[in-house]
Parts: sequence; structure tokens; C-alpha cells
Amino acid sequence: MEKPKFRIMENLTRQDYLGRPSTLCKGCGHNSISNMIISACYELGIPPEKFVKFSGIGCSSKSAAYFLKKSFGFNGLHGRMPSIAEGALFADTSLKGIGISGDGDTANIGLSQFKHIARRNVPLVYIVENNGVYGLTKGQFSATAEKGLKLKRQGENPYLPVDIAMEALAANASFVARSFAGDPKQVKELIKAAISHDGTAIIDIVSPCVTFNNQDYSLHSYSWGKGHEAPLHELEFIPPRDEITIDDFERGTLREVTMHDGSVILFKKLERDYDPTNRTEAIRLLEEAIRRNWLITGLLYVDPNTPNIYKMYSMGKEPLNRLPPEKIRPDKDTLKNINRSFR
Amino acid sequence: MNKKLNYINEFGVKFSTVNGSGSATANSTILKAIFNMGIPVSGRNIFPSNIQGMPTWYSMRVSEKGYLGRLEKDDILVCLNQKVINNDIKRMNPGGILLVDTEITVPKISKECCVFRMPIDQILNECKVPAYLKTYLANMVYVGILAELINIEVDKIELVLNKHFKNRKNAVEPNMQVVLRSHEWSKNNVNCEKRFKLNPPLISEDRIIVDGNTAAAIGALYGGLQFSAWYPITPATGIAESLNEYIPKLRFDEENSTNTCVIVQAEDELASIGMVVGAGWAGLRSMTATSGPGLCLMAEFLGLAYFAEIPLVVWDVQRVGPSTGLPTRTSQGDLSFAHSLSHGDTNFIILIPANVQECFEFGWKALDIAEKFQTPVIILSDLELGMNEWISRGFEYPDSEIDRGKVIWEDELEEFISKGIKWGRYLDIDKDGIPYRTIPGNMHPKAAYFTRGTGHDEFAHYSEDPGEWERNLNRLRMKYDSAKNSVPVPIVSQEAKDQLGLISYGSSDMAAIEAIDQFTADGIGIDYMRIRAIPFTGTVDEFLTHHEHIFVVECNRDGQMKDILSKQYPKHGEKLISISHINGLSLSAEWIKKEITRHLQDINYGKTKI
Repeated sequence: MEKPKFRIMENLTRQDYLGRPSTLCKGCGHNSISNMIISACYELGIPPEKFVKFSGIGCSSKSAAYFLKKSFGFNGLHGRMPSIAEGALFADTSLKGIGISGDGDTANIGLSQFKHIARRNVPLVYIVENNGVYGLTKGQFSATAEKGLKLKRQGENPYLPVDIAMEALAANASFVARSFAGDPKQVKELIKAAISHDGTAIIDIVSPCVTFNNQDYSLHSYSWGKGHEAPLHELEFIPPRDEITIDDFERGTLREVTMHDGSVILFKKLERDYDPTNRTEAIRLLEEAIRRNWLITGLLYVDPNTPNIYKMYSMGKEPLNRLPPEKIRPDKDTLKNINRSFR
Repeated sequence: MNKKLNYINEFGVKFSTVNGSGSATANSTILKAIFNMGIPVSGRNIFPSNIQGMPTWYSMRVSEKGYLGRLEKDDILVCLNQKVINNDIKRMNPGGILLVDTEITVPKISKECCVFRMPIDQILNECKVPAYLKTYLANMVYVGILAELINIEVDKIELVLNKHFKNRKNAVEPNMQVVLRSHEWSKNNVNCEKRFKLNPPLISEDRIIVDGNTAAAIGALYGGLQFSAWYPITPATGIAESLNEYIPKLRFDEENSTNTCVIVQAEDELASIGMVVGAGWAGLRSMTATSGPGLCLMAEFLGLAYFAEIPLVVWDVQRVGPSTGLPTRTSQGDLSFAHSLSHGDTNFIILIPANVQECFEFGWKALDIAEKFQTPVIILSDLELGMNEWISRGFEYPDSEIDRGKVIWEDELEEFISKGIKWGRYLDIDKDGIPYRTIPGNMHPKAAYFTRGTGHDEFAHYSEDPGEWERNLNRLRMKYDSAKNSVPVPIVSQEAKDQLGLISYGSSDMAAIEAIDQFTADGIGIDYMRIRAIPFTGTVDEFLTHHEHIFVVECNRDGQMKDILSKQYPKHGEKLISISHINGLSLSAEWIKKEITRHLQDINYGKTKI
């Protein structure tokens, strides 16, 4: 294939990663996450044209328009973001997919597609902007709302919640993180790690809805998050080209996980020495956190070596969507053999 | 009563067995042996939605004239199922032959019929068949007896069995032993007048025998299919299974050791169409195969694909609805639904194949049409066509180049810009309703756009502007209407030049043409048009204009094609007479003829004319 004649812009600035102006409420957690996506992509230095955005339906899904306007994007159907991404990403496996979903989009209507994309390990950053409530339809409970939560028009929530990180682990996801929109630094580092992950990377981010579910007692509010966030570790993403200097860290307090592309995630020990490659431990800790209403954040689980879906299909390096006609239509002689086989 | 004088190469055989007993292999062996003798033959599986133990039938028709329609009555009945014999013998023609297992109690039967009891167990014992194989090899007894009775060449049976068992001697030999032993038994014991006979050869050697689902899958692979996602559903599963079988054979790039076509089994039909929409959007030629219940689930996504202008192909291999319906029986009941699927104003391009040749042809052509018009194409096949094997001319290599439509990459976009031409994803630059399309991976900084199912302007930006909404929807309508110049035209035979017309489509064609021939033989000429696509081409209007009474023959309750025609051509609406019914079986020429005759009497046709 001939290379295109024009050149991609070099010397990219943060400006090149912006989206269109947000139309979400002032103070919405989603805006903060959009900003962190912009920063993470910019800091990784990947051209915006290499990203493809996907989203479902809801406030969260609208936000896909508010970052990376130079990237292709597809705002699809409610709960169906994963399937669209899965089909599209096969077209060119060098592209980086970023999927934006919400708690209703993922844990209610889209639970099935969420779990199935995780088990197929399609390389996609899957961000859930989780606020426990439907915003665009004005304040109904979602499946992640805690039992007993009181909302103005809904009364009291009678049901137990769905825990997105737990569902992801149960579905054999190879990268499961939880974060809080009020902790932008952690959000950014997790997004960078997720972009480098060679499989489905799920980040469940508590992202408060300032209009419908930000009461102090709500588990999805800013004040609850600020007061109760318990990070598992302090993490830092080191791109493959950078050297790791461990001088800043005390020996013995550091864990590192090398990603598929040679990048490294550094985990600095906080209160406990948490091993993010131990799935059993992740499930145990999450179970404890659910019972005790802890907002544990960080990278709960990662396996950088699980084969992704492309490996299961003998996909080539040349993008499928650039194959010339002669490569996708078998020649005339083959049809003679086919006809002969049906005689 | 239909009195035939000549039964050479013109008769029907029905096999009544129990499903899960291996009778499918025996039936298919008989069909293919006759095909290999060069005699036109067709077979229909009438099977239950079950794996083992329920009644199943195979209806075979030998027809020198090449008729493929279902017969209402049989000349030979082979019965291995006690539960159904009472009903089955009622559907035998006088003078027929009944071959029945000695174990079965035979009810009183017309004296004109000959009855022969097949000593299945005795023959199997003589062949020393081990007990665990008896159920399967029992079927080979009727293969051997029937072979002797109607003259099937034994070496052709061996040829077919060798192919079926991939030349495995230890499989072929026991089968052949039973066939030969039974053949011998028949020679000595079946002593009626053998009036149902085969007399080869009649068809040319380039014929193939294949089912519609396999033909569809191979056609798509020759159409450059690159992505397929699916979910198991009868009767469409065969398309996906054939893709699985033929991708390694046809679409493996030896040079790079890579596949050029991907197939994913999705978690449900919502996901399979979702993946296909994503792939189509990203520039892959993509397709899914489903049946009615699956198509229902796909309705929301197809509305999105229509509105966001995403090319893709859906094969709907129709079964009987509504609801779970009759999953293993055939129907043409999805036409109305497919035509205007999803909410709001939509129109879908529909292609309707009537034979396996067209399954192959529409398989590749649909991908071109979808990309040319940047819209979903729905192909309505059905169980009858998809799951049964039909004799056909060999598949013909595509006679036109792959048409990717208006896809632009970096250089083409740069050229637009350098010429001062403004580009927008939904901007109608050529004034033909079809905009230019960029796809992900295009690294031009101006190539990207944001696709959405919400209102958008020409540059794909969110818009609630009333004028923009209306302009866009009107452009989509114009684009759809223009597709009539690119879809397969109807097949018309107008030799009779009479005031009577008959319209049919899809697999109903088989019985329709036979009914018309019967009317011709009775001195009543009926012109015929087989519709192959919607939007309708100009030929449809002409045909409606030139005929006074037009019968629309189809396999559904409400006459769905008749309704669509009446709506599109209101001035001809009163001429249209619906000849439609559905009970799970395909239409027969006999039924069509009876219905049309009744209508002709109602309108006093012929009486005033002469």
C-alpha cells in the first residue's frame, strides 16, 4: 500500500486533544474525567487520529464529544457501546479505542455486552462514569445505587446494587480499576495504564451527579468520596521510552507491573501491600469493601499477558479496512473448485 | 383426481421417520444419487424443533420437467414411524406404493395401493450389524429397497456415501452391505408393477447441488466480506457455519498467514448486529445472518444504521412467526417488518433470492449495494431455500468489480480541500443523496467526525434545527429511491400477453411457475413477474399497468407483498388479488391453482370473454 502523501502534524499540543464545549452541568464529575482523558492522551504523545471513541446513551455517553475532537467517534445505542467498538476495532488494530459509558448504560441495560467484551478481551479502554443515577431522564435510580438511597422523585431504593468492578472480575476482565472523579491524578494515571493495556481495561469511576445525587449521605457524592476514598496504592505510569528512577521511593515499598508494550506501572505502597496481579485477593478485598461501604480506589487487578481477541483470529498488521479488492475477493479458479465440490 | 399416465421421472416419495435416528443421511444419499444420475430431483426436510424422538419427514420430488414445488400427495411412502402412519397414508395418491417396516401395524388402506413390509431387522441380522449401529443402518434398508424399486444406480449410492463419509472404508462398507442386501431382497419380494421409474440422464454435467445457506455464505466471501457476527438461530445458523468452514479455504492470506475475514459468535443478536454496525462504520464489508426473532432484536440498531448511513448486510432466513412460532418451518412473513423496520421514517433495501444461484449472487452483490448507498441491505431468504439442497447451475463468478462506494482516504480528502471543495460526512456534494465517507484509521487531521443517532447537520454536528432535520430525512428518502436503479430487476415472462398476471417472489416461485404452466395447459394464459428487490424498479409499475387481474402469490397470512404494492401503487390496488396462506409448509402448485380458479369463477373470467 502506498503511504499517504501528506504528513501527520507533529509537535502536538494539549489543544490538539480538546473536544467540543461540554453541555453537561457545571461541576459534573464527567467533565473532570474528560479533562483527564485529554491530559492522559496528550502526555502519552499518541496522535489524536489514532484514537477512536465510542459511547452509549446518557450524560456520560454525551461526554465523548467533549474530548479528542480530531478522533473518530461513535455515539451509539443505550447499553450497546461494547459491540460497536468490538466490530469497529477489527478494522485497524493499531487504533486505540476509548469507550465511555455510564452506570445505567453498563450495569442496567448493557450488563451483558459489558461482561462479554471483557471476556473476549477486546483492546478497549472502558470507562464507566458512575453516579448511581439517571441524569438525562431526571433522577431515577440506576443499578449501582445503594440500597436505601433516597432520591427526590423516586423515594427509597429497595434493591441491592450491582458492583461494576466485581462484575468485571467475574467476567474474567484482564484490567479492572476503580477511581473517583475527585482524584484526577489517579484517574489520569489509570487511563494511561489502560491505554497501554493490550486488552479490555475497565475503569469504574465514581463521578458525582451534582444535580440529582450529590447529597452528603449518597455513596456517589463528592463529599462521601472525599471523606471515604481509600487508595490501594499511589500509582504512576511510566511509558516504555522513559527510564524508571526509583530514588524517590523507599526500597521495599514498591511494586511494578510491566505492560505488554514495555511500559511499567509503579505502585507505591500505602497502608497495605496490595498485589494487583492476584485475582483472588482482588475479589476478596472487593467483597470486604462492598460489605463495609469502602471506596477503595486504584488498580484492583491486571494481567498484562492475557491474549487479546486479535490473537485468536490471526489478524495481520495491515489494517483490514485498507485491504485492496484483490485481497478480499478470491480468484476465479477457486470458484471452479467450489462448484466441483458440490457435484 | 390428477391422473398421470407417465410416471417415468415424475413422482414424489415421502419418508416418514423419527428424528435423531440418522435418516437425514439416508434421505440425502438417495437425493444425491439421483442427482448424480443426471435426473432433476428436489427434497424438503419437514423437521421438528427437537433433537431426538419426534416425527420427521423428507419429501422428495423427481421431476423431469424441473418442477420444484411441494406436492400435496405422494406416490411412494416409506414409513418407519408408527405414530404418523394413519395420517400419512391419507396423503398417498391412488396407485401408490407403501414401504413399511414389518414392526409397524398398517391401518386399512386403499386397494389401489401396494403395500410391502420391509423386514428391516431380519436384513440387519443377516448383515450381522452390531446392535449399537442398528438404528442408523436401518435407514439403509429403505435406501436399498427404493433403489431397486425405482431404479437408482447402486454405484451412484456408493459414490455419494464415499463422499459423505470422506472415503472412510469402515463407515462406507457396512452401509453398502445393507444397501446391497436390501436391493437383493426387493428384487425377490417386491412384485408390483414398477411404474415409478428413473430414466437417466436429463441434466447437464455442470449442475451442482447445494443448500441456500451455504450458497449465501460463499457468495458473501466472493463479495469481499470482511466481518461477520452472528448468534445461533434456526434456520439461519447454516450461513455462519458455512462462513466458518470456508473462510480458511477462501480467505486465508498465505503470504502473510492472516485471515482477511473475521467471524465472531456474539452473545445475542443485539451484539451481533452491534458488531456488524461498528465494523461497517469502520470500513469493513460486514454481514450477519438471523431469522425473525433475531431480526426483531436488531430493529433498534438497524434504525441507527439507516440514519447514521452505515453499510451492512443482514440475511433473514425466514421461519414462521409471530413469536417463537414454528422455528423449523418456512415462511415469507417478515417482508412487511423488514421493509420498514425500526421507529420513525425508515426504508430498507430488500433483496429476495428465489434459488441457490441467487443466494450466491445476492451474497456478493448486497455488499456492493450496501456500500454504494451507505445503508443496510436486508436479504429475505427462508427455511425452504436456506436449509434444503437444490440443484442449480454452478455459481457464476461476480461480473463486476468490488464497489466500495464513496469511501475517501487521506489523499482524496486532501484533493477535495486543495480544490476548495468543502467536505462534510453528510454533505451531499454530488447531489445524488450519497455523501462521501471517511473511515477510522484515516490519519488526515480533517477526516474524523462524530457519528450519532441523534439529529445532525451536514458536518455530523449535533443539531435540533427543524430545517436540517427535514432536509436530512428527505435526502435519505431520495437516496433510497435511487437504489431502484441498482437492485436486481424483476424476472418477467409475458408471452401470454393476457390480462391475467401473477406476481410472486422468493421460494414461492417454485410452485407459482408450476401453477402457471398448469393453467397454460388448460388454455388460460397468465403472465408472470417475480419480484427480486425493493425499492421496486420501473418494470413493476409496467406490469401492474398492463394487467387487469393480478394474483400476488406468497407464503404469509396477510398478503404482505400485496399490501406493499397496493400502498406504493394505489391506482392499481384494486387489481391485486392476494393468494397467500401459511401453515408451515411451502405453497404447492395444486393449492395455488385451486385458489386462482376460485377467483376466476368469482370474476366470471373466460365466460364473458369467449
